[in-house]
Amino acid sequence: MARYWLKALVGVMLLGMGTVAPSYALDERAFKQLAAEDNDARIAALNKIVADGDVAVIPLLKELRDGLLGVTAQGQLVTVTDEGVVKDASTGASVNATSDDVQSIVVNNRLRGAIDAALAALRLSAPDRATRLAAAREISTDADEEMLPLIHRALAKETDAEVKNLLAQAEAIIHLKSPDAAARRAAVGVLGQSENPNTRQTLAALLEKRPDGTYAEPDATVRVAAQKAIHAIEQRLIFPRLIGTLFSGLSLGSVLLLTALGLAITFGLMGIINMAHGEMLMIGAYTTYVVQTLFRSYLPGAFDFYLAAAVPAAFLVAALVGIALERGVIRFLYGRPLETLLATWGISLMLIQLVRMLFGAQNVEVANPSWMSGGYALAGGVVLPYNRMVIIVFAALVVAAVWALLSRTRLGLYVRAVTQNRVMADCMGIPTPRIDWLTFGLGSGIAGLGGVALSQIGNVGPDLGQHYIVDTFMVVVLGGVGQLAGTILAALGLGEVNKFLEPYSGAVLGKIIVLVFIILFIQKRPQGLFALKGRTAEA
Amino acid sequence: MGPVAARFTRLFGPRAWLVLGGIAALLLVVVPLLRLLPPDHPLYLSDYFILLIGKIMCYAMVALAMDLVWGYAGILSLGHGVFFALGGYAMGMYLMREIGTEGQYHSFLPDFMVFLDWKAFPWYWAGSDSFVLAMLKVILVPGLLAYVFGYFAFRSRIKGVYFSIITQALTFAFMLLFFRNETGFGGNNGFTDFKRILGFSLADPATKTGLFVVTGLILALALLLCRWLVTSKFGRVLAAIRDAEGRAMFSGYNTRDYKLFVWTLSAVLCGIAGALYVPQVGIINPSEMSPANSIEIAVWVAVGGRATLTGALLGAGLVNGAKSWFTMTFPDFWLYFLGALFIGVTLFLPRGFMGLLERWQRGRT
Repeated sequence: MARYWLKALVGVMLLGMGTVAPSYALDERAFKQLAAEDNDARIAALNKIVADGDVAVIPLLKELRDGLLGVTAQGQLVTVTDEGVVKDASTGASVNATSDDVQSIVVNNRLRGAIDAALAALRLSAPDRATRLAAAREISTDADEEMLPLIHRALAKETDAEVKNLLAQAEAIIHLKSPDAAARRAAVGVLGQSENPNTRQTLAALLEKRPDGTYAEPDATVRVAAQKAIHAIEQRLIFPRLIGTLFSGLSLGSVLLLTALGLAITFGLMGIINMAHGEMLMIGAYTTYVVQTLFRSYLPGAFDFYLAAAVPAAFLVAALVGIALERGVIRFLYGRPLETLLATWGISLMLIQLVRMLFGAQNVEVANPSWMSGGYALAGGVVLPYNRMVIIVFAALVVAAVWALLSRTRLGLYVRAVTQNRVMADCMGIPTPRIDWLTFGLGSGIAGLGGVALSQIGNVGPDLGQHYIVDTFMVVVLGGVGQLAGTILAALGLGEVNKFLEPYSGAVLGKIIVLVFIILFIQKRPQGLFALKGRTAEA
Repeated sequence: MGPVAARFTRLFGPRAWLVLGGIAALLLVVVPLLRLLPPDHPLYLSDYFILLIGKIMCYAMVALAMDLVWGYAGILSLGHGVFFALGGYAMGMYLMREIGTEGQYHSFLPDFMVFLDWKAFPWYWAGSDSFVLAMLKVILVPGLLAYVFGYFAFRSRIKGVYFSIITQALTFAFMLLFFRNETGFGGNNGFTDFKRILGFSLADPATKTGLFVVTGLILALALLLCRWLVTSKFGRVLAAIRDAEGRAMFSGYNTRDYKLFVWTLSAVLCGIAGALYVPQVGIINPSEMSPANSIEIAVWVAVGGRATLTGALLGAGLVNGAKSWFTMTFPDFWLYFLGALFIGVTLFLPRGFMGLLERWQRGRT
């Protein structure tokens, strides 16, 4: 009761203050109807707002969608901000009321969908081409009959061919529901120009047979036209899809390459498998996380460039851990590759537990710098994400650096010499123990770089390395040792094969097929794709 | 004394016979007798104790199988978990059928199949309600997989770390396969909620004791079989292959067949261990095939001492005993301990605890 009186009191005060004139013409009545109980009435009100076609209502519609809009006891349309401040919806003038006094307009899913469509429709008349294009793309898949007049109006005004094309498709989708078979046939013809996979589905739905034997589309000629249109769309989608699959394969391949490169080098040099290699990836990823956190607290302005600091930091940290590992454990186990495998596995267990205790068992969040988010859209809804592109470029740079190091420096010469014949290299005065730890540090450092890349595309948690070890080993086994080209070819090949198999067999079966393939491949070439040439006597 | 009996008595030295016989008597006679006491008696052994020791005996059998291939033939398998799990799944299929219509959905199908909306058993479940066929599968499925895999691997002379890595990929691939619901083995959750075996209720303490005794007996038989193998000429050829495969080959031995036989036998032993494990523990799921589990098997053998067989049993007992103690008292430190064990044993105890015992004995005499 007291609350009621309070509301009334506030209302009287507001009346006394008088209302500020709205800054633009706004059909407040239609908006208030949005608060009605009846859903159909609400949709009708929304359609009326859209039909008026006033761009100025866009912010209001957004607020409505986000559930910020409400009506006060006096029937004033207000916005409640996140901080709980109440403002007049049209003028933005502050209103002397608390959020408790506002009856907020409840938006259900149906209304929300209608609002999104309405927003897209309104944006069709925006002056900016990009906005119109985005809006047209949005409604081209999901057009409503009520929007028809609006689309017609936009079509008449539109000058840009691409937007026009999309609008025509939106119109055609609406016409598909027309009772006139000729109109439907014409609409199907227009839809055949589409590059959108959703349109293909819309057309395919026409050909579906109902349980009673009739088709969703009664007219046979329309069905034939639809069949043709589907075929045309599929033809047009082949190329962008191919590019998309190639790209994701390349992306997976470059991730595999970054993870396996270091392992291939150390395996080639010392003949040991470092089971803790996956944990070097994890250390690199956590280093990225630490650098990111430091940037966030001390250099928020330079946050977009934190990767520039994370890359060398991850390399150094992982390399130091690797060197410590080689000096502390592995050097005592030379000539016993199987024991080394077990000891390094023990190290990996300890590193995982250490990280779990330091950072917690949960995944930590590593944010992409803003310039890496988003992607380049191809036709047919295929998007090439920027972060994946950056990783492909990054992998290429790392490979180039490693190649330069191995083939253009003295250290590289020594590494190749020891890889080919350790005893002979030793006799020639090459300090093999030093080469060993340097190379081990290099291999671990490269894994650290791989960790930086992984932190940008996936979860960072203590188990990060475990997810990649089997794939990484497969790359090394397939690529053979001591040859950069083998590792590159194996990594990229595995990435592409995986991604091309995925649509047919599903991700898991695809992976199993690849594993079986590798086991069979090893039958033919036990030394990998590129075996070292020369006489290597088997022990 | 006939030649067979003479050979039998020479399998172990007199002291080893005494120790092993004592342990066998303890596990196979004293434990079941103590289980006959009323449950409130201070000497009564709890179900927990029976389960723990029963589990460790299954692990010991896996360690035995591992020692056979790694210790004597020099083949380090990082995928023995897959054979263990396949034996377990073969047994699990039978146990699932034994549930009958007492599942959540009261269907003749296992619950997970009802959940997937399957109407009938897939073809590979045929005959899973027969205990005899289930036992055949326990032996044949891991054996066949090992034979085919080994045939191809040894034919192309894959060895050393390459072989280890490929076996790891094998168990990883199987784990992925069994994680899928559509594979028809219960996906993530695997098989559980077993009710009875051969009509005996699994919840009954007497059934638990029975399974314990059967496990102990089979473990003892497996130890004798392995010991007999490695002390025979066959065992010497294996050791020759391990130490210098090229020379063994040039001496006219078909090393591939020797390796293939011991590899397949090892897988079968693992499968039997898995089949004994499942009814005692009451669950089998794909995580048994995770690469980490298979690597752990290797450390049991390394801790006990390779190429000793009894060392493998000792190692499995020590590590798993330590594991159940750690996970109860210091769960955070178990991985440190296990990791340190891997490193410490490879660096300082290349011959494991058996090597340590031997040195200590030699020092006394």
